Amino acid sequence: MDVRSQIGMVFHLDKCIGCHTCSVACKNVWTDREGTEYMWWNNVETKPGTGFPTRWEDQEQYKGGWVTDGEDLKLRSTGKARIIPNIFHNPAQPSLDDYYEPWTYDFQHLFDAPEGDDQPTAIPISKITGEPIEKIEAGPNWDDDLGGSPIYAANDPNMEGLTEAQRKQMLEIERVAMFYVPRICNHCLNPACVAACPSGALYKRGEDGVVLLSQERCRAWRACIPACPYKKTYFNWSTGKSEKCILCYPRLETGQAPACFHSCVGRIRYLGNVLYDMDKVREAANLPDEQLVQAQRDLILDPTDPEVIEAARRGGIPEGVIETAARSPVYKYVKEWEIALPLHVEYRTFPMLFYVPPLLPVMSETQGDVVRNSVDALFGDVEDARPPLEYLGKLFAAGNLGKLRYAIKKELAVKIWRRHVTVGDIDEEQAKRALVEADCSPEEADDIFRLTALSTFKERFVIPPAQREMAMEMLVDPQELKAAAGFGFRSAPRRS
Amino acid sequence: MNSIMNDYLFFGVLPYVSLAIFFLVTISRYRQQTFTYSSLSSQFLENKQHFWGSVPFHYGILIVLAGHLIGFLFPSWILSWNAAPVRLAFLEISGLAFGILTLVGLLVIVVRRWMNIKVRRVTTISDWLVYALLILQVSTGLAIAVHLGWGSSWFATSLAPWLWSLLHLSPEVSFIGPLPLLVKLHIINAFVLIGFFPFTRLVHVLVVPNPYLWRKTQVVRWNWDRERLRQS
Ligand code: HEM
Ligand code: SF4
Repeated sequence: MDVRSQIGMVFHLDKCIGCHTCSVACKNVWTDREGTEYMWWNNVETKPGTGFPTRWEDQEQYKGGWVTDGEDLKLRSTGKARIIPNIFHNPAQPSLDDYYEPWTYDFQHLFDAPEGDDQPTAIPISKITGEPIEKIEAGPNWDDDLGGSPIYAANDPNMEGLTEAQRKQMLEIERVAMFYVPRICNHCLNPACVAACPSGALYKRGEDGVVLLSQERCRAWRACIPACPYKKTYFNWSTGKSEKCILCYPRLETGQAPACFHSCVGRIRYLGNVLYDMDKVREAANLPDEQLVQAQRDLILDPTDPEVIEAARRGGIPEGVIETAARSPVYKYVKEWEIALPLHVEYRTFPMLFYVPPLLPVMSETQGDVVRNSVDALFGDVEDARPPLEYLGKLFAAGNLGKLRYAIKKELAVKIWRRHVTVGDIDEEQAKRALVEADCSPEEADDIFRLTALSTFKERFVIPPAQREMAMEMLVDPQELKAAAGFGFRSAPRRS
Repeated sequence: MNSIMNDYLFFGVLPYVSLAIFFLVTISRYRQQTFTYSSLSSQFLENKQHFWGSVPFHYGILIVLAGHLIGFLFPSWILSWNAAPVRLAFLEISGLAFGILTLVGLLVIVVRRWMNIKVRRVTTISDWLVYALLILQVSTGLAIAVHLGWGSSWFATSLAPWLWSLLHLSPEVSFIGPLPLLVKLHIINAFVLIGFFPFTRLVHVLVVPNPYLWRKTQVVRWNWDRERLRQS
């Protein structure tokens, strides 16, 4: 047993209101420099929808993640075998067109325009060329709330393989059941970007598993960009380096939650470290798709088990870090309650960001011109959930509907139970039956409720101590970095 | 007298100046400005013509350079290979073919850089200089291949010994003196390129990632001193 500590994350999708506060917080802190305008280390996608970059889940096109023959893993894009032909021109690399051309507006014109009959306008100016853009074809969140067109939902790669009836159910625009999926780098256990980088610029930090990209070592061979199945490494066209979410490690090292977590209005985000067994990762990553959710769960170890604690100590994990693992909200959601699931685990990178799937109950119906709210429907049957379980199963369970059904049933049972406790219009027997059917005790239901609805900052973010006396990246005297730019540079990041 | 002086400057002094600049500047740039060592890929901004420039150019130039290197290191191999006319012809024709590949790739690269406004935006003066020097270098090379046949043989008999004499710090300029102007131009431009090399994007050639092929797939870096933690 080789025990490591890893920062894990949980996003509770039932609580996400799609406000993009997280994206904006991140943009302001990290990606407002030249070359990074188009990057969204944190983005919030409407589902069903095409996402960012457009149709990123279509791995036929983007060639992200790993494939297995049952024994060995291979990168779908470039591995050791194919790096030589692919280094001069990478056939799977997305280009600016797959994202969008960043722009600003000629605001000065509003002040300088000569007097005339018409109001002056501010035309869009490309942030790359400085020239006016004739027609803006795409922008950040272009398909937000489906941008008024069902085409975005129809083009969602996850729609493939659904039955005609299910597709129809999802596409009727008045009834379309949308939800939001905020995405950041998953800081995977088996990162494809790290494995693809020919320079060794990408690495997993041993202490907390944060995946970082050394700006000094990156040489723009850009293998990480197709390799990451989540498209969370981005190419900076100005500096000629790739960049990615750094999980705000300078904040983590000082005990603060990352900016997107801290600013989240819906309080949907949880962060904490878990202990896992490094020795088992390889084997787990080679299992068939349906077994992957469970396999990843099995990698995560019980932080209160004396054997695990002993092994962790042997592995050089400090007491403080073992202690925070025992209080981790991630452990609770993923292991104890089993209601948080990984996004597209079939890419076999073992993403360490888990999602509590959305319930999306039918809350009102129109009959003629009358809108009727129905309480019953709030607690309706799981199988009626919109969008269809098959769709959610593709996102969160690699097609293993059993795992998904379990999570959704439990979420629902907790609601029924709490309705009984707080409002009382559901009787105890009925509520208890729902709990039993969902494999949940009243105590567990209360715990889930508390962490989901009432938790404080300290309960949502259990940040392992950084051991700064042990020379973390930020131990450099801050004064030395004064007037240096961004993160990790001693000099301004300029190309030659 | 004058031309002997010039020969001495170009073939006895310039190589040393260029090589000195090359080593001093690449090393100090690597140490002080590692950040600027990058292939500065522009594939992200333009993804289609990119293939028709970068790929032929690199395969061409790498094979042509490898040919030069073998001629320099093992002149006797080349001579004995060339002893049979068929083999000589094969070598000459494939050299020419890869030279043309290089030039075609290079022209696509330059046209793309100029025509695509986004790519032009990330092209610096030093890039234009590199393209100019490379075009001159590759076209003189091709002209030699076309007009002055059997280059691989006389490279082995005149140029390789001169290069070795440079290496032994006693330049024998007399090897070069009688060669045609085209060849001299090719040599002089080569050393100009080497001199400019460390200031341009060409430094990416020096950081080509060979350890990737035999390193472990995943990379983990520790900041903690785990030994110390285990004892505490
Ligand atoms: C194995 C060795 C080499 C590797 C792996 C390599 C790799 C690369 C890569 C990845 C690019 C960026 C292409 C892009 O995406 O835009 C590039 C550009 C370039 N390389 Fe190389 N290169 C090698 C050798 C050379 C050599 C020997 C030369 C010439 C002496 C050279 C000259 C250039 C030039 C001029 C460019 C700029 C191309 C452009 O403007 O698009 N490279 N190289
Ligand atoms: S800030 Fe929170 S609630 Fe708002 S979009 Fe982001 S994750 Fe959702």
